[in-house]
Amino acid sequence: MRPRTRKPGTTLLCVGSILFLSLTAPALAIDAPETINIDVMSKFYGPVTFDHAMHVDYASCEECHHHTTGEIVADPNCARCHTHHDAKTVVSCSKCHVADRFNQEYISKLEDPELYHLDKPGLKGAYHLNCVSCHVTTSGPTGCVDCHALTEAGEKLYRTGAFTPETKTASGKEH
Amino acid sequence: MKFMEKLSRRRFLKSGLAATAAATVIKNTDSKASGNFEGYPDGMGVLVDLTRCVGCRSCEAACNKEQGLPEPEKPFNDFSVFDELHHGQKRRTDETAYTVVNRFDMPDFDHPIFKKFQCNHCNEPACLTSCFVNAYTKTPEGAVIYNADVCVGCRTCMIACPFYVPTFKYSSAFSPRIMKCIFCYDTRLKLGKAPACVEVCPQEALSFGKRSDCISMGRQRIRQNPGKYVDHIYGEHEVGGTSWMYISSVDFDKVGMDTTLPKEPILNSVKDFLAIVPMVLTIWPALFTGFHLLATLKDKVMEMEMEEKRKEKEGQA
Repeated sequence: MRPRTRKPGTTLLCVGSILFLSLTAPALAIDAPETINIDVMSKFYGPVTFDHAMHVDYASCEECHHHTTGEIVADPNCARCHTHHDAKTVVSCSKCHVADRFNQEYISKLEDPELYHLDKPGLKGAYHLNCVSCHVTTSGPTGCVDCHALTEAGEKLYRTGAFTPETKTASGKEH
Repeated sequence: MKFMEKLSRRRFLKSGLAATAAATVIKNTDSKASGNFEGYPDGMGVLVDLTRCVGCRSCEAACNKEQGLPEPEKPFNDFSVFDELHHGQKRRTDETAYTVVNRFDMPDFDHPIFKKFQCNHCNEPACLTSCFVNAYTKTPEGAVIYNADVCVGCRTCMIACPFYVPTFKYSSAFSPRIMKCIFCYDTRLKLGKAPACVEVCPQEALSFGKRSDCISMGRQRIRQNPGKYVDHIYGEHEVGGTSWMYISSVDFDKVGMDTTLPKEPILNSVKDFLAIVPMVLTIWPALFTGFHLLATLKDKVMEMEMEEKRKEKEGQA
């Protein structure tokens, strides 16, 4: 039988994780992450480190999470069905809003006559529609690169940065 | 002889008129049937929501890359293009761009409206019906595609299009080529994928789906946001319906869209006339040749008689 001695490394890990948890969750008095790294779609733009803790001061949970956090939804249309809903175990955006919104499989699902949410935006649409509209009213950043920097692929797509078109001479213009 | 001539002319005219009438009747029933085409049932479509577009021009960039179009003059994140005027008009599609976004300043609004524009992929395209070499095809997937191999460069499609979409590649006039949005048919739509512009749009201002589902989506969006939208889906019925449709918070004529277009396909406005064209081409030459021959018959007979008399005289001499 091996002696039940704890290695110093394990202790440190335990203390560390407790310290980490105490720093993140209870500080907001809600069980929510401090920051979220949004990187599932980073192709032309880099990932966004979303400061969740900061945004909690600007909006109530339901404004972004709808009925999933257990809060009562303000939208009367949503409230018709989602008045008394308990908090869901998973409230992340990507749980309901799919990243690949226009694939064939998803589109064929829309033909279900029982389906009510046939106009649910994809993940990218959900983020931008929710974030940008609020940023406009609260004077938050609204420019593309104010939130996420262009990647090299992005610069190539937009023909900007290192890929900026050379200024054409008068004869170069075809008309 | 004189009796025979009269009879044959009358008979000729009678049969000519009968043929003309028959051709008109047959042609009319044919063209009426084709005018009722409401698009392929499983055709795809795109719903453009003008309230969502923020004018980022990502669609223009994605289109340029997907279709291998020439390098633009300005980067796609250069928004000074919205202030450009070409011959007093806002930017439009040309041989270097299948789609453009324009900004419309609204005096009643605190923000402008942006409108993306490209081929609307009509259910019954005027470009297709006007093309006499059949260079255009409306595919069951919904795209209006174009075949440069048979195009003769007559540019009738450019005049026929109610949206002024097809543009001519003037830089290659000797191998004529019309440049227009093809719904990313070859690279995406055929494979069941959304076009490049739809995929890149951050605001989901463009929603891709079955055309019928796009209409349902538009209806639901209008109904669930009372007061936000004009109660109309532009393209649901215009010119017989289009695969690309629009919803907006402002009247469509304020964002440069033609609201005077008929609900009927453009073809219906011209088919009665067009039905006469083959008739004119086939019957008229024969008819007027006949008239000419009959009219000159008397002269010929007289000439022959004169000839005979001359010969008789020569024989007597």
